[in-house]
Amino acid sequence: MNLQETADVIERDTPKMRIDRAMHASPQTQNLSPIFQVENVDFYYGEKHALKNINVDIAEKKATAFIGPSGCGKTTLLRCLNRMNDLVLGTRVTGSIKLDGKNIYDPSTDIIQLRRHVGMIFQKWNPFPKSIYENVVYGLRIVGVNKRHVLDDVVEKSLRRAALWDEVKDNLHKSAADLSGGQQQRLCIARALAVEPEVLLMDEPCSALDPISTAKIEELIHELKDTFTIVIVTHNMQQAARVSDYTAFFYLGELVEFGETGTLFTAPEKRQTEDYITGRFG
Amino acid sequence: MIVSDRNSTRRKRLDTLFGVLGLVATCVGMITLGALILQLVMDGGVRLTATFFTSFPSRFPKQAGILSAWVGTCLIMFVTALAAVPMGVAAGVYLEEYAPKNWLTGLIEINIANLAGVPSIVYGLMALGLFVYQLKLGQSILSAGLTLGLLILPIVIVATRESIRAVPAGMREAALALGATKWQTTRDHVLPYSMGGILTGIIIALSRAIGETAPLITIGALTFIAFLPDVPLKTEFPFISFDWLMSPFTVMPIQMFNWVSRPQQEFHLNAAATGLVLIVMTLAMNGIAIYFRFRFRKRIKW
Repeated sequence: MNLQETADVIERDTPKMRIDRAMHASPQTQNLSPIFQVENVDFYYGEKHALKNINVDIAEKKATAFIGPSGCGKTTLLRCLNRMNDLVLGTRVTGSIKLDGKNIYDPSTDIIQLRRHVGMIFQKWNPFPKSIYENVVYGLRIVGVNKRHVLDDVVEKSLRRAALWDEVKDNLHKSAADLSGGQQQRLCIARALAVEPEVLLMDEPCSALDPISTAKIEELIHELKDTFTIVIVTHNMQQAARVSDYTAFFYLGELVEFGETGTLFTAPEKRQTEDYITGRFG
Repeated sequence: MIVSDRNSTRRKRLDTLFGVLGLVATCVGMITLGALILQLVMDGGVRLTATFFTSFPSRFPKQAGILSAWVGTCLIMFVTALAAVPMGVAAGVYLEEYAPKNWLTGLIEINIANLAGVPSIVYGLMALGLFVYQLKLGQSILSAGLTLGLLILPIVIVATRESIRAVPAGMREAALALGATKWQTTRDHVLPYSMGGILTGIIIALSRAIGETAPLITIGALTFIAFLPDVPLKTEFPFISFDWLMSPFTVMPIQMFNWVSRPQQEFHLNAAATGLVLIVMTLAMNGIAIYFRFRFRKRIKW
């Protein structure tokens, strides 16, 4: 696929996106308020240097996509944003990641609180083996909210936001395991939204879903980014083009290029970016 | 056209041979067990009457029963479970979910695995020194329960670790990503989802403890008891008494051993009947374990 064809695909697949070539001159997000400021971040899995001096700003209430071939560090960076990597033994982070101006790697950071501000959706949907209702309210129960009418309201609101309400409203007390894969993933989104996070991290949320379920989730991302900041890791470049406002291209642990999605896909500055988005490698 | 040559004939013959050998090996095991149970039923079956369960041991084999033995076994199992289950599950959870992975926890893990293989009489010796003399608990139900509790502790720990390791990492991540603490994650997800395996492990461990004889003889079990321990429930305040914990005890395998070692043939029949009761108790416990595994597997769908 050559550059023109790629641009055509993007034009066709992203009717909501305006590809504004005038924006090309300023691909950074400085003029928008960043919610995350990633500064000089290096990440190590034991001896392996997985992220190399990453600097990137994540704009508030926009969707930012991380793309790149397997092992490029995009998921690693995503999991740094809610300190999920703390669970992996033998990892080390240097540099700083500021959320609303405060370094989340500061020893004084309350990780429990951080994760309530920064929710996460995983590649393999992971609803608890409980009822749909109990899945959605779990984030509230753990902070001691148990009032029935509060929980009922949150369940309806969250499931509506996740575009799942109409499909499950009569079966709220049935097991989540009986839902289809796409429904389970949207249930996980509802569960994450129930705690009202500022940011939603999505780690390849559609990579194991069929095209129809994928389309539903992409549509959802479009709606959610009015309210939440979304950071999505994806293998699928068309998906990045369709859903995101900004795109960061990673390669071998380095941030190769970052800019407006339209610009990055139509007029990449770096040769590696161009090769990747045109399918010459990766 | 498909023709079998010498090579394929030879390979198929080896296949059949192994099938037959495997069948023979299986049958040897099954037939032995069957013969054992049959023998016990034929010898001891006649003695299995209601009075056998409600009589104390006696000089007269026809009047002798296993009342003090089965009460002792049940009480000791109760103490054993109370001692081993909370400690074993807590240790298993700690090692799997909380402990940092370093050389020290590695050493602890190796030791726990090895403890499961220590001969039970060694536990008896240790308990004699520690519980009976050092802590002055005497030759009591409490000492016996704690001894067997220590004996099965490693089994409970290992079973707990294995079943919580089977809980998918995604469950922990999902809970933690919502801002749950490690304890909330463990309490709300890891433990409930692994409960089937943990319960199975506990019951298997208890069914090992129920047949133990050597460590209890070492700490001084009596072989002839014609009274029951103190009743735990009282009619006056505070309505509950723990005196039974300090009572001397006997258990079913010891009662069996005692009867077998007597010269009179009649007592041997009593021993066979006791053995039958013990086997039925063990099989029943295993049955409960299988039921739990089935129940919990069915309830939890990933």
